[in-house]
Amino acid sequence: MLAYAWVIPAVMVVSFALILFFGKRLPRKGHEIGLAAIAIAFALSTVCAVEWVGRPANHTVEPVAAEPHGEATASESGGHGEEEAGHGAEEAGHGAEEAGHGAEEAGHGAEEAGHGAAAPAAEEGGEHGGEGEHEAEPIREPVVSEGTWYENGPVKINAGIHMDGLAVVMLFVVTLISLAVHVFSTSYMHDDRRYTHFFAALSLFTAGMLIMVTASNTLQLLFGWEMMGLCSFMLIGHWWEEKNNSDAALKAFFTTRTGDIGLLVGISILFFAAGNTFDIAETNRAALAGQISDTVLLAGAAALLCAVIGKSAQFPLHTWLPDAMAGPTPVSALIHAATMVVAGVYLVARLYGVFWSAFDIGGGGINPIALVGGITVIIAALLAFVQSDIKKVLAYSTVSQLGYMVMALGVGAWTAGIFHLFTHAFFKGLLFLGAGSVSHAVHSFDMKKDMGGMRTFMPTTYKTFMVGTLALAGVFPLAGFWSKDEILLGAGENGYELFLVVGLVGAFMTAAYMTRCVYLTFFGEYRGHGHPHESPPAITIPLIVLAVLSAGAGLLNAPGIELFTKWTENEAVLLAGVAHHEFSLMTALIGGLFAGGGIAASYLYYWRNLGPHRLTERSGAAMAGYRLLENKYYLDRLYTDGIVASIKGPIARAAYIVNQRVIDAVVNAVGIGTRRAGRFTYDVLDQKGVDGIVNGVGLTAEEGGSVLRVLQTGRVQQYAAFLFGGVVLLGGALVLFT
Amino acid sequence: MVAQNLIFGVIAVAMGIAAIRVVTTQNIVHAALYLVVVLAGVAAVYILLAAEFTAVVQILVYVGAILVLFLFGIMLTRAPIGRTSDLDNDQRWLALAVSLLLLGVLAGVLADAFDDTKLPADAAVQRSGEVGTSIFQVYVVPFEVISVLLLAALVGAVVIARRD
Amino acid sequence: MYLNQFLLLAAFLFSVGVYGVLARKNGVLVLMSIELILNAVNINLVAFGAFHDTVAGQVFALFVIAVAAAEVGVGLAIVLLIYRNRHSIDLSEVDLMKG
Repeated sequence: MLAYAWVIPAVMVVSFALILFFGKRLPRKGHEIGLAAIAIAFALSTVCAVEWVGRPANHTVEPVAAEPHGEATASESGGHGEEEAGHGAEEAGHGAEEAGHGAEEAGHGAEEAGHGAAAPAAEEGGEHGGEGEHEAEPIREPVVSEGTWYENGPVKINAGIHMDGLAVVMLFVVTLISLAVHVFSTSYMHDDRRYTHFFAALSLFTAGMLIMVTASNTLQLLFGWEMMGLCSFMLIGHWWEEKNNSDAALKAFFTTRTGDIGLLVGISILFFAAGNTFDIAETNRAALAGQISDTVLLAGAAALLCAVIGKSAQFPLHTWLPDAMAGPTPVSALIHAATMVVAGVYLVARLYGVFWSAFDIGGGGINPIALVGGITVIIAALLAFVQSDIKKVLAYSTVSQLGYMVMALGVGAWTAGIFHLFTHAFFKGLLFLGAGSVSHAVHSFDMKKDMGGMRTFMPTTYKTFMVGTLALAGVFPLAGFWSKDEILLGAGENGYELFLVVGLVGAFMTAAYMTRCVYLTFFGEYRGHGHPHESPPAITIPLIVLAVLSAGAGLLNAPGIELFTKWTENEAVLLAGVAHHEFSLMTALIGGLFAGGGIAASYLYYWRNLGPHRLTERSGAAMAGYRLLENKYYLDRLYTDGIVASIKGPIARAAYIVNQRVIDAVVNAVGIGTRRAGRFTYDVLDQKGVDGIVNGVGLTAEEGGSVLRVLQTGRVQQYAAFLFGGVVLLGGALVLFT
Repeated sequence: MVAQNLIFGVIAVAMGIAAIRVVTTQNIVHAALYLVVVLAGVAAVYILLAAEFTAVVQILVYVGAILVLFLFGIMLTRAPIGRTSDLDNDQRWLALAVSLLLLGVLAGVLADAFDDTKLPADAAVQRSGEVGTSIFQVYVVPFEVISVLLLAALVGAVVIARRD
Repeated sequence: MYLNQFLLLAAFLFSVGVYGVLARKNGVLVLMSIELILNAVNINLVAFGAFHDTVAGQVFALFVIAVAAAEVGVGLAIVLLIYRNRHSIDLSEVDLMKG
């Protein structure tokens, strides 16, 4: 099945076409096709996953950095992918015996070769003696099946699939969440005016995401990426009759588009840098082997980072995601929590070799990716505190968690980032669907006005939402705990202490704002109107399924099991020599402590009414802070007033000034001069001399016109007769006189 | 040779008469039927010129498709079927003069230029295979352009003629 | 066979077609006359192709046939539209171009 995984996106594309053309005529308005297609896709993805797990791990990859003769072997292995595998296996034989003193040597060798990225990683290997062996552990060889799409001279572009652990995980997650959302939507979107189109767009969206995650080259990746952008636009603006919604759709589209320019530029740079190839594996190899000059690589990676910032809603382009909550809730769950927004994270993970070399991720300290992620974690979490719309809380939470993933990749904790993506998809999908279930009952998203005390009305939703909250907050032993712990561990061990602190603060705030959200929604007095009641099974069953996964998925990579690492790590990651770390009880305890602290603080504040209430009314500084948050750091205003207006305003004004001062002055001067000359001309020449001639010409023209207007009949055939007659006369004259 | 010339003469006379009838008959359906004679005659001329493939296409496209289209056009515009005297406009004398002049100039030029040039007598039949090879190798770009043109015409015809 | 016999035949057909285009009132008949003109051109193309012993003449004749098909399609659509708007296809009444 792995070799035929292209069937999975194909199923969704076919489903899109079928729904679009026949959906309206079907008894269930097309959702039966969408459901069947996504069920098939999910089943096939599961088969893929099982096959992948059962695949023998016999592909050995030596980290570029740990090679004794770093530079030479590296460039060779980059050039010949086939040879490199065999070479690696050979090397592994005596790699073990060399491990003792080899690691130290590696440090020197790499340093001598001037391989900047290599040195610290190799030194790490030296510090953790046992890990040298661990890194050489064989992985499953990726399944690649592709055909030539386009060939012209030296340029050959393939189209196909590249199935490795990362792709398989993404396939599984995307189809699962999409399935849950499809089921949920049949009830939630019931009686919607564009029900059929909604399901068609869901299918196309899923297809885009699946195309992207299975892509073997960057061009295909771009294709899927843009498909998602389009579908996101259609789905956010699903209720476009309201101006807000269509505005939000446009904003999302344009903001992500700003980043997408970066993707286009980055892909183009890498195409030429990697030697006329779009192939992702080859690009990674070339980048890690140092075949690409540092400057070019940095430019390419920086451009790609722009795309990540746009798509994954990182600071400072995160503003579109909360607005995107204008779309229907299932869309928010599918697109803006679990799948599409992680496309940026996926891009970094996929082209990890490029980012690793360009930003010197192995080096520790600080780098752009980690920085962007870290800032996003904090600022989005702060914003989540002041929201009263439940979906907006979750939206900012999503932004913050995406920041976590990006930060994880930025600090060299590759597996941790992907693992967090994996677990986050479950609990964030769950939380969004839960929020949808609540709002379905109270017909509002406002926690402060219309919710409260919902736990008595909606027990199932309440219980599942609690599981999601605890998982997101990172409470032992739910999914979020394990993935967050790994990120913190990675940040601490790889020399990114600053981001360890950021991660801990983020964990604290995440726990606190989620507790606030739960309090406002499910506890206290019911503040709304009407009689809410539990949602139908089509809504609760996906919730339960996702709740089970949110609770259990983290165990997959719990210490001692660590299956997730074994399944997902790919060649690029091993080539880069990403370090592995033993589970550290200390980090886990501190992380858990911060999460627990967040919950406790929030609990004391809301339930026990302790702490500085009404702070904003008493303290000017607090008020200013609150205003800043309420206005979302004035970023939106910066974009519209600052950037758009500064382009629009001054140019218009400058044009106006030029118009008034310069052109008018010239015109006036000319005018005055002309008037004087005119007066003279009028008196002397015009009245007496010219008028006579002009009147004569006018009269002649009038006479001639009244004769010729007979010919102007408006009848095409008469014109044609004149045309042919003229041609004949001219042709005849030509023949006669030559 | 004689046979060929004889056949050409018969065909040419038939085509000439039919063509004149196309533009002079007062019965619109008859005009269409005379047009069939002219088009079939053109196909016969192609065969005389050893262009068999083009002759077959001429029959298929013109007689088979375009003419049917004309009959539909006649039917849909509810043109008077049967004899009427209202098919010509009032500038037919001007038209006659122009076309006679045109014929005169053309005939004069042709007689002057190709007075007694003969076609190669041993010209081999140009096979359809050669035509196809030529279309898809040398003239592949015009071919593609033609396909786009046909598509545009298709869409255009639908857009123009639909009721809305 | 002389080349000229074909060319003269074509010239004759062409002139007759021009007459038809100029003198006919009915839109469908004008289109038929245009077909006569196009066929005259085709005869020329094929005749010269045979004269120079090349298939290019035939190829272009085929292209012209394709274009003619497109032209008839669009032309008849226009005639239908005129008929629908005016309940007549008398071209001498279509004088919107009168200034």
